[in-house]
Amino acid sequence: MSASVWLGVLEQGLLWGVMVLGVYITFRVLDFPDLTVDGSFTLGAAVAARFIFEGYDPWLGTALALVCGVMAGCVTGFLNTKLRIAPLLSGILMMIALYSINLRVMGSKSMLSLLRMDTIYTDVTHLGVSANLAVVTLGLAAVVLTCYLLYTFLQTEIGLALRATGDNEQMIRSLGVNTNTSKIMGLALGNGLVALSGALVAQYQSFSDVGMGIGMIVVGLASVIVGEVLFGTKTLLRTLIAVVIGSIVYRAVIALVMRMGLPTTDLKLFTAALVILAMSSPIIKEKFSARQARGKESGESAISGRP
Amino acid sequence: MLSVVDLSKTFNPGSVNERLALSGVSLELEPGDVVTVIGGNGAGKSTLLNMVAGVFPPDEGKISIDGQRIEMFPEHVRASYIGRVFQDPMMGTAASMSIEENLAMALKRGGKRKLLRGIKRNDRDFFREKLSLLGLGLENRLTTRVGLLSGGQRQALTLLMATLVTPKLLLLDEHTAALDPNTGQKVLDLTEKIIANNNLTTLMVTHNMEDALRIGNRTIMMHDGNIILDISGSKRENTTIPDLLEMFRKASGREMANDRMLLAN
Ligand SMILES: Nc1ncnc2c1ncn2[C@@H]1O[C@H](COP(=O)(O)OP(=O)(O)OP(=O)(O)O)[C@@H](O)[C@H]1O
Ligand SMILES: [Mg+2]
Repeated sequence: MSASVWLGVLEQGLLWGVMVLGVYITFRVLDFPDLTVDGSFTLGAAVAARFIFEGYDPWLGTALALVCGVMAGCVTGFLNTKLRIAPLLSGILMMIALYSINLRVMGSKSMLSLLRMDTIYTDVTHLGVSANLAVVTLGLAAVVLTCYLLYTFLQTEIGLALRATGDNEQMIRSLGVNTNTSKIMGLALGNGLVALSGALVAQYQSFSDVGMGIGMIVVGLASVIVGEVLFGTKTLLRTLIAVVIGSIVYRAVIALVMRMGLPTTDLKLFTAALVILAMSSPIIKEKFSARQARGKESGESAISGRP
Repeated sequence: MLSVVDLSKTFNPGSVNERLALSGVSLELEPGDVVTVIGGNGAGKSTLLNMVAGVFPPDEGKISIDGQRIEMFPEHVRASYIGRVFQDPMMGTAASMSIEENLAMALKRGGKRKLLRGIKRNDRDFFREKLSLLGLGLENRLTTRVGLLSGGQRQALTLLMATLVTPKLLLLDEHTAALDPNTGQKVLDLTEKIIANNNLTTLMVTHNMEDALRIGNRTIMMHDGNIILDISGSKRENTTIPDLLEMFRKASGREMANDRMLLAN
């Protein structure tokens, strides 16, 4: 593949990488399968696009997108914790509600073009960054900053409580943490990042589309899992970097299979299959090794430490 | 210290699964009381502890600690008074987090959590010192993930976490039952040591009659959501395990049909 294709892979991997970090927060840290993501990604794109379309500052539009994502996450959290609606359903309800909201944000159009408009990318070229590196520069800055902030936050007193909420709710409640608050906070943070990513992507592809978030949760999961499998989860920092690399690898794989002739319309099927394969790999592995070492006990029980 | 008055709880009221778990339980604990709680399966022991900790709201009754009414407080608010160790060794710690992170969270029990660094510089020395008291070598493994520890190690850690900030009340619910006898004994020895060192007011559920009579200064027996026996002082000193079984038979009109409780290991 040519250099420009690789550059494209890197660009996409970084911009969508911010979304993947958001999915990592809800899905892994909070252990909350949050389908809001499909809606909040588009929400971020729509808010930024409309804002820019109306002639306002693209940086402000991007920041506003993040704020809107945070609010969407708060609503999902409210549905789940205060109204006691199951996690999956809370997310689905928000996703559906956001579909209408996103259309409204885009002025009842299913697509909003930003062609020839000032975006954050054209803005940095004015600062002297060469035009073809503008996206990578900003994408890298966004990802590095996000990773750094998340890494720091997840080690604060509040951050530890957030992680423990996803790990063992009963335990952290008995240590005095209101787990409802933690969940709302985690969902707000995750969806804020997802919406930010949506805003970055909309400006990158010069349009926002009401359907651009469909299947985003699966793309996020695929990237998280690929990253974790390839680079491990030994430490928190390593995991954060791993999921971003997972995002880049995912884009590379997509570029590769499309080059090999996979039609664009089959991409979502391919991604779903990828996630199924990754998620079932422990079972497949288990079956495989059980056949290899018949009668031998698996390491599982030794690790769990249950007598 | 702890005062429970006429506490009642029915689970799933009005359904086929309706279960009266506590029927008007009253209990007064003096500061420093270490009370062992025994009784058959489904007697309401865990429910009593859960109600005190705030896991479920009571149907009726009052709970107060040091004169402060707490029955309307949610669990995380009551946590500032109460340290807990659960029966399941997996329940009391966060497996994906390190020993020091777990301890840091325990150090914040009852405090306000802020955007400050979770583990401060001096914390690690403090954690090492506390961990060395367990005698399990955990003081050299601060960054080890708790999921890699054995059940006994995790339970000892949970005990340390529950008492790291001295609680007004310690609740132990069969916290050695899931461990093998040897490890269970070690954790129990640690428990006694920690209770004595901090002079902790404690409610400890156990199914081991020998432990129930040996540990602490008072023993209560529950049956069908009631406290049917409450002994302390010389009366308790002169009570033997066969006496307990006989008392149970008399009070409940039944045999203690629970061989778990007969096993005094
Ligand atoms: N969360 C719950 N939902 C419904 N019923 C419950 C719940 N918790 C306890 N119960 C019921 O309440 C009764 C008392 O249970 P509890 O767990 O307090 O007994 P226990 O004395 O701790 O018994 P064991 O020795 O088996 O632990 C039982 O009949 C039980 O089925
Ligand atoms: Mg019980």
